[in-house]
Amino acid sequence: MPDSTFLDATELVLNMGPQHPSTHGVLRVILKLDGEKVIGTECVIGYLHRGIEKIAENRTYAQFAPYVDRMDYVAAVSNGLGYCLAVEKLLGVEAPPRAQAVRVILTELNRIASHLIWLGTHALDVGAITPLFYCMREREEILNIFEKYCGARLTTHAFRIGGLQYELYDTFEQDVRAFCDMLLPKVDEYEELLTGNRIWIGRLKNVGILTAEECKAYGVTGPLLRAAGVPWDLRKAQPYSGYEQYDFEIPTGTNGDSYDRYLVRIQEMRQSVRIIRQALDGLPGGPIMGKVPKVIKPPVGEVYVSIEAPKGELGYFIVSDGSTQPYRVRVRPPSFVNLQALDRMCRGALVADVVVVIGTIDIVLGEVDR
Amino acid sequence: MRKFLRKVFLIDLIQGLWVTFRYQQPKFIYTEQYPAQRPKIAERFRGAPRLNVNPETGETLCIACNLCALACPENLIVVGSERDEKTRRKILTTFTYDISRCMFCGLCEDACPVDALELTQDFELASYSREGAVWDRQMLEEGPRPTKYAY
Repeated sequence: MPDSTFLDATELVLNMGPQHPSTHGVLRVILKLDGEKVIGTECVIGYLHRGIEKIAENRTYAQFAPYVDRMDYVAAVSNGLGYCLAVEKLLGVEAPPRAQAVRVILTELNRIASHLIWLGTHALDVGAITPLFYCMREREEILNIFEKYCGARLTTHAFRIGGLQYELYDTFEQDVRAFCDMLLPKVDEYEELLTGNRIWIGRLKNVGILTAEECKAYGVTGPLLRAAGVPWDLRKAQPYSGYEQYDFEIPTGTNGDSYDRYLVRIQEMRQSVRIIRQALDGLPGGPIMGKVPKVIKPPVGEVYVSIEAPKGELGYFIVSDGSTQPYRVRVRPPSFVNLQALDRMCRGALVADVVVVIGTIDIVLGEVDR
Repeated sequence: MRKFLRKVFLIDLIQGLWVTFRYQQPKFIYTEQYPAQRPKIAERFRGAPRLNVNPETGETLCIACNLCALACPENLIVVGSERDEKTRRKILTTFTYDISRCMFCGLCEDACPVDALELTQDFELASYSREGAVWDRQMLEEGPRPTKYAY
């Protein structure tokens, strides 16, 4: 940002955050304004930096697994899956089919939970308070399933390298099926509340447009890319953990604006339910833990594994020097990359639209700062 | 024409309000009146740690093998032991567990070969001082004693 802006009478520099209702203490956006119009933005991040990548260098492979849950804390299971898959690839082992199916069920449940949180908070930012309560209520059911399965609600540590630690509890299938049956009518209810609502359309339509070319140029992934009309989903493009067995569609939008992203995420929840039901129907028996040595000591080498997290492509790059601790762990978080496009989306919009755009990216700052 | 009427009579907004109105019945109340109403904790919940003792003799089950301390990512477990001269066995003397640094990942209970260390369903771990968060062997064996509220 040029230095002259502070003395220039026509342009105003405004600090949005870190204390701001829609950035809650962890993101600061410096806005350059011309009246109500945004000319430029600059993000200041690092308020939630904990040095997770550095911590990895002082922990064994198994010990680092609980830490990855703390990056994207609303989708902790996806983080754990990505890390476990990366270490498994490094070791050259694969989880047994039963473990893979259970992983898919839990990850898809977590995708729904993440999208519910997004829907609730995004609607809250825009001014609709009711959806938040309803979304939290449905998310509670997912968290109860997590608690019964692995003993924690948010930072689950559900998966271990090579498979699973816990066998399914007795009423797991029943609980998940009941949840699936319960969720679909509720999603219709959210749509009833929001999709046709003139205020919601007025605030979201044609706000924060990002075309397919711009998405590719910025490296933006996830629902933002799909809302721009690119059917790119790593679950289909490079299936992992047995996703090739399941039949589902990739919802896409056309305009690439905030409203299309909303529709894409709503559709993704329905598709997730479809995947969960298929996984439950074909749940194989057998062991849940692969052949993993007690002391995990991968051979020298490096590996990159990426999965489709609720927010986009989540990648783990792990370098092993042959010891029990990783030499380097680098995380490619979806939110960090998607946040880059904030400036492009905000330019020319109004100040009130900045809140909408921050919400529509679906950022979790734990993941941006790590 | 239909679109115009929908717009004039605020149909889209009323549709949304009707959803909210449907939830006015008292049976849709989801709020839990904690602490008067206790939450149902899952069996596998990972909460306060406990060092199990043999219920008949009162002796500790811990064999002081130190595996939990090695498994812990935060290095918060300290196991003290001494060797019994007669039986040549390790005997547990002290055991401290720092709750304030624990993230309840469950790696210590997975590592325990005799199921002595266990994460229980207790979740009320607040204390008035930092020292109070460091649990010694007695505290781990007897469990925390949270304040009981009269209602």
